Amino acid sequence: MATTAEHFQAHAEDHHHDHKPGFFARWFMSTNHKDIGTMYLIFAIFAGIIGGAVSGVMRLELAEPGIQYLQYISPLVGDDPSNFNATLHLWNVLITAHGLIMVFFMVMPAIIGGFGNWFVPIMIGAPDMAFPRMNNISFWLTVAGFCSLMASAFVPGGTGMGAGTGWTVYAPLSTTGSPGPAVDFGIFALHLSGAGSIMGAINFITTIFNMRAPGMTMHKMPLFVWSVLVTAFLLLLSLPVLAAAITMLLTDRNFGTTFFDPSGGGDPVLYQHLFWFFGHPEVYIMILPGFGIISQIISTFSKKPVFGYLGMAYAMVAIGVVGFIVWAHHMYATGLSVNTKMYFTAATMVIAVPTGIKIFSWIATMWGGSMEFKSPMVWAIGFIFLFTVGGVTGVVLANGGVDDVLHDTYYVVAHFHYVLSLGAVTALFAGFYYWFPKMSGKMHSEFLANLHFAVFFVGVNMIFFPMHFLGLQGMPRRYPDYAEAYHYWNQFATHGYEIMAVSILIWFVNIIYAYTAGKKAEDNYWGEGATTLEWTLSSPPPFHQFETLPVIEEAAHH
Amino acid sequence: MAGTKNHDYHILPPDIAPLATTIGALTFTSGMVLFMHGMPGGHFVPWLGLAVLLASMFMWFSKIINEAHAGDHTPVVQLHQRYGMILFIASEVMFFVGWFWAFFDFSLFPSTLAEVVGGQWPPKAIEAVMDPFALPLLNTLILLCSGTTVTWAHHSLIHGDRDGLKKGLWATVLLGLLFTSIQAYEYIHAPFAFGQNTYGSAFYMATGFHGFHVIVGTIMLIVCLVRSYKGDFTPRQHFGFEAAAWYWHFVDVVWLFLFVCIYIWGNAGAVIE
Repeated sequence: MATTAEHFQAHAEDHHHDHKPGFFARWFMSTNHKDIGTMYLIFAIFAGIIGGAVSGVMRLELAEPGIQYLQYISPLVGDDPSNFNATLHLWNVLITAHGLIMVFFMVMPAIIGGFGNWFVPIMIGAPDMAFPRMNNISFWLTVAGFCSLMASAFVPGGTGMGAGTGWTVYAPLSTTGSPGPAVDFGIFALHLSGAGSIMGAINFITTIFNMRAPGMTMHKMPLFVWSVLVTAFLLLLSLPVLAAAITMLLTDRNFGTTFFDPSGGGDPVLYQHLFWFFGHPEVYIMILPGFGIISQIISTFSKKPVFGYLGMAYAMVAIGVVGFIVWAHHMYATGLSVNTKMYFTAATMVIAVPTGIKIFSWIATMWGGSMEFKSPMVWAIGFIFLFTVGGVTGVVLANGGVDDVLHDTYYVVAHFHYVLSLGAVTALFAGFYYWFPKMSGKMHSEFLANLHFAVFFVGVNMIFFPMHFLGLQGMPRRYPDYAEAYHYWNQFATHGYEIMAVSILIWFVNIIYAYTAGKKAEDNYWGEGATTLEWTLSSPPPFHQFETLPVIEEAAHH
Repeated sequence: MAGTKNHDYHILPPDIAPLATTIGALTFTSGMVLFMHGMPGGHFVPWLGLAVLLASMFMWFSKIINEAHAGDHTPVVQLHQRYGMILFIASEVMFFVGWFWAFFDFSLFPSTLAEVVGGQWPPKAIEAVMDPFALPLLNTLILLCSGTTVTWAHHSLIHGDRDGLKKGLWATVLLGLLFTSIQAYEYIHAPFAFGQNTYGSAFYMATGFHGFHVIVGTIMLIVCLVRSYKGDFTPRQHFGFEAAAWYWHFVDVVWLFLFVCIYIWGNAGAVIE
């Protein structure tokens, strides 16, 4: 798309100097979409290290049956190590922290806040976001939410320190089961970051609808922009329902309401409905921008436009719409009627159709293309494989009858880590290697990027593939201990974690390499296949790009 | 900023308001945790946070008004604001969907297990409810009337009738305050308590959040009234007013749903006090 867009622009801007504000004004008072995107990415890496360390502790504990390490870690948050209930409570805190951090403070800030902020305005030919100040508060509220969540770990929750409710915060565990202030800090963490995300969604929708460059019609927008548009609508319409639900938790906990308390006529399953009405769109919020990134990369390195562009765009719209009417497939074990389960089974399987359109269109894009296996492409092909594995187990779990057996087993853990940890995170790394030189102006090492992929691929598959076996054998999730029979694959998965951790070190080495010894990145370092507008700008782009708006020509093709 | 800008978008200088607002919000929520658990600072920190939050928002919105005067709000930027306000209201609608969801869950499927509900709606424990056709009906008429007075103000503004603008806004603000006062009177004299059962929970939280939105809308209209005395708003550019009017219609519509669903349908067959 827009191969012919105004190349003179980038060169013109090389000459006049960028007037960047001073350090404090630039990073604490930012109204610049690229700087805010950079802050989101750095924040997401920071949160990801914490969330990843938490999962490291969990894998370490699960390497052997019995409790090995938790009692040594619980004093760090102020627990009495001789209190065994507090030690076990720490496990609940770890799974809660891992889930909330990875969902709200790693994947979402990185993929929407980071890449969305950086590249949505550039890809539609806009100089910035529609509401630059609101963009900044979206970021800071995410940080504030993270601070609130971190604070929750060090105050009493249930039988020990911290909020041990799971990321779903189900009542009554989150109400009468956790009397301390930890869960309140956790609820406010979701309020704060949720408010930030709603404002971000308003910002993205307005930017995409109203700031497209002349000639950039909706049907010419790069698929990454489409993916962020659909994601923003999901955020806008689902997060307020979560806000209502967790406000009900708050008043049930502290002000005597009985929304989820059966002794006052309330209904704990109501919380699950409200949560998953948000929670199911939320999982698409995490994966859809990844779909967009993968579409850009597959097209770039096949040197072809994406196969079935319109079908790809509207498949994402369809996934977004249908994603709002499948929520109760997370609740098959709550005693839903058979008819309800039949509806949600059928509706959930419908999602496989637009998702299949996407998978097959990516393959069709590569088919007959002049393919080049640069690091982002390697990650993108890895994404297609891994995400498809997670999609297939998703179709299995969509069946209400099958889920009666598999609900809350490691099969479910394997499924959602294949679509998120191996899907969304792989898409994040693909996007990182695709755009890092554009953002930093420095080329990374292709060798290290490919090595990172190879080691990561082996590691994550070793962690999560055996979890299918464990789940089918009946191992329940969310327990720090297990029967002897599950030992082998658990130990195997822990070794997988060690390998995956090495791959993250390779990634850090690559970043250090890029900044110390990396070559200067050219404007379009991926060559002729990269046709979107960011490749017409310098690397890094000027502080304010497109001071003269680019014009997208009629003949330009997606 | 670089001075060579060749488009109509509004490129903003760095601003401390977003960080200040966030610090206010985080202080407020953390203070609320202290308050709810009777911890030290619980009666002070939430107010401090609220003060920082409101002061930052005041600073922020004042800047937007100043920018409007400076001519930064070109037609395309005004369109941004329209999109932004409509999307904000859409998210607010979904917030109320959550509360109505809880209400319909309780009223359509009343718990049979609990002594307090006994499989009926309103629940057994509710001895009497409000008469929907007494003060709630009056409040409905007050809000509907305020919807017409805000339209009166809008049309006066469009036709350059500054006096009509002020009168219409005064009427709307006063009707809004009257609604809030009657709502407060009803809460004080209600025959059932806050919380304790599903009725007291769903009723007070749904109407309470609506009341909070009425207060916010009234504040928006008061700001418009002050601005109209300062000579702000032109017949062609007055989005601050329109946004307040849109918001006011939104709280009006939410009330109509509350009135029909919770007050009339939900109270049908119950003992009226």
